[in-house]
Amino acid sequence: MKSLGNIRRSFAPWADPDSKPFISFKNITKKFGDFTAVDNLTLDIYHREFFALLGASGCGKSTLLRMLAGFERPTSGEIILDGQDIAGIPPYRRPVNMMFQSYALFPHMTVESNIGFGLRQDGMPKAEIAERVTQMLKLVKLEQFAKRKPQQLSGGQRQRVALARSLAKRPKVLLLDEPLGALDKKLREETQFELMDLQQQLGLTFVVVTHDQEEAMTMADRIAVMSHGNVIQVATPAEIYEAPNSRFVADFIGDVNILEGKVKAAGNGRIEIAGDDFTVRTVGDASPAIGAGAAFAVRPEKLKVSRAAPADASINASEGEIWDIAYLGDMTVFHVRLPSGKVVKTSMLNAQREVENPIGYDEKVWVSFAETAGVVLKD
Amino acid sequence: MTKWSRFNIVSVALGFAFLYLPIVLLVVFSFNESRLVTVWAGFSIKWYVSLFNNQGLMDAAWVTIRVALLSATIATVLGTMAALSLVRFTRFRGRMLFSGMVYAPLVMPEVITGLSLLLLFVAIGFDRGFWTVTLAHITLTMCFVAVVVQSRLLSFDRSVEEAALDLGATPLRTFIEVTLPIIAPAVFSGWVLAFTLSLDDLVIASFTSGPGATTLPMKIYSQVRLGVTPEINAACTLLIALVAVGVIIASIVTKRRELQRQRDEHAAFAGT
Repeated sequence: MKSLGNIRRSFAPWADPDSKPFISFKNITKKFGDFTAVDNLTLDIYHREFFALLGASGCGKSTLLRMLAGFERPTSGEIILDGQDIAGIPPYRRPVNMMFQSYALFPHMTVESNIGFGLRQDGMPKAEIAERVTQMLKLVKLEQFAKRKPQQLSGGQRQRVALARSLAKRPKVLLLDEPLGALDKKLREETQFELMDLQQQLGLTFVVVTHDQEEAMTMADRIAVMSHGNVIQVATPAEIYEAPNSRFVADFIGDVNILEGKVKAAGNGRIEIAGDDFTVRTVGDASPAIGAGAAFAVRPEKLKVSRAAPADASINASEGEIWDIAYLGDMTVFHVRLPSGKVVKTSMLNAQREVENPIGYDEKVWVSFAETAGVVLKD
Repeated sequence: MTKWSRFNIVSVALGFAFLYLPIVLLVVFSFNESRLVTVWAGFSIKWYVSLFNNQGLMDAAWVTIRVALLSATIATVLGTMAALSLVRFTRFRGRMLFSGMVYAPLVMPEVITGLSLLLLFVAIGFDRGFWTVTLAHITLTMCFVAVVVQSRLLSFDRSVEEAALDLGATPLRTFIEVTLPIIAPAVFSGWVLAFTLSLDDLVIASFTSGPGATTLPMKIYSQVRLGVTPEINAACTLLIALVAVGVIIASIVTKRRELQRQRDEHAAFAGT
């Protein structure tokens, strides 16, 4: 497994201009009556990628998945899968399989007939079906449940039957619609890692739809953040978190402080923004107009809270007052009120916190950050 | 447990008496020795014997059963198809009109249905008899089947069908292997309903039947006009017994399925 880990680390076909996408959505629009669910969307997904479509409900992510499965036809645009336009192909002839949010197990069939259903449709010989079903049962660790009906299983077991059933035909792409939505938190976390292992083991392309950002961050190679039928940003979890391209993404993924101001200077790979509380100096190649409004996004854990003033208090630093403290065990969250009245959120790992004399309520503190701590938002 | 107050007992007794006294009377007098329907003269099963020797009644019963079996089966097929298209194709042109028209016979006075069918058969020169009654009963019962099946389809998780399509089953195979087995209990109830409706229909059968296709309700009705004989009581008692057995079997099946489901869920939660 160690070698796989290494392959994983260097897995980035999207960064390679020579690699061809496995799935391409080209200018896809889907309308339901007057409602536009997907709006002129273009997106590439690569072979063996674990790709997540992330967004709030109604953002069009499920519609996109259903178009890939063949349950919805795009109003316009084309979907290319492995070099073939699949827009006109009905779901039962597509080399993709889907795991449904409700699992959609056949209630009148046993676990093994559920898993073998797709193979029977293909007319595979009985002996081979039995062999494949046994293999799938082993894969999801349900060997002793083969003869049970779905209603005789727990939620977690049903989820694994659904997974085994959708993998049994060895599809080119596995689609997962909120695969872990119905599981409790602990089981969900375990299953996330199981899904990742499975995907690497089988070498398949997974496309998962989720509204849970943590789930997407944990599992996916790349995430497409969607809103109102559009993709706002497509990037690796780290990029999405560290360098959100817009206020929407910054706000949607994790916690963020957005510092507003006007561009004071730009050039030499630096941008300076003058705000109410901070004069921000940050790395950046963009050259915005001097005097234009700008927003700087910085994550709570990148803000440093200290009693002592930083060396250069004129840049990337401000005085403030502790407004609220939340002790979360592994870390402590401080809400600091700045002179303008704005409250910023900072977090500190408790490993770094002074146990003897911790920072308390109403204390005067300094909030500071490094030049590389945040990004200037594009909109 | 709630206590049985005197008031409760009285109201239950009255309610049941209201519902079942006429039937009990009919059943009791079917075992009467006397020819007079309202005078008790001792227990006897001779009317049952004479019933089975009454060729007219037996013929009518045979016609009725054949009509009911055939019309219920065809009505179930058509009604299920109607329900499917009503639930599944929500946006086709004229859907409102279609759904209204499917259900109209539910509220249409039977006299009108019967009369209009009669006019139709006369107009196209269809000889009235077994087939016209069967067709008329299909018309009558199809909408009941559609209602029963539709209510089941409304609570049906469509993603189960999508899963079948996704796994490579054509729409037809999806219907046969997935949809039909799941909605089968509703389709069966629809069939039973259609069967019993056809079994006891008098009005429409009177309009649409012809010589040689007299159904049992028609026969009973015409005989009663000449005076009630205990033979009729016996025939009715048998009909009641038939229906009662059907209802009891249906409810036992339902009850057992329910218990099975509870056991299954229990087993699943126990995680064994």
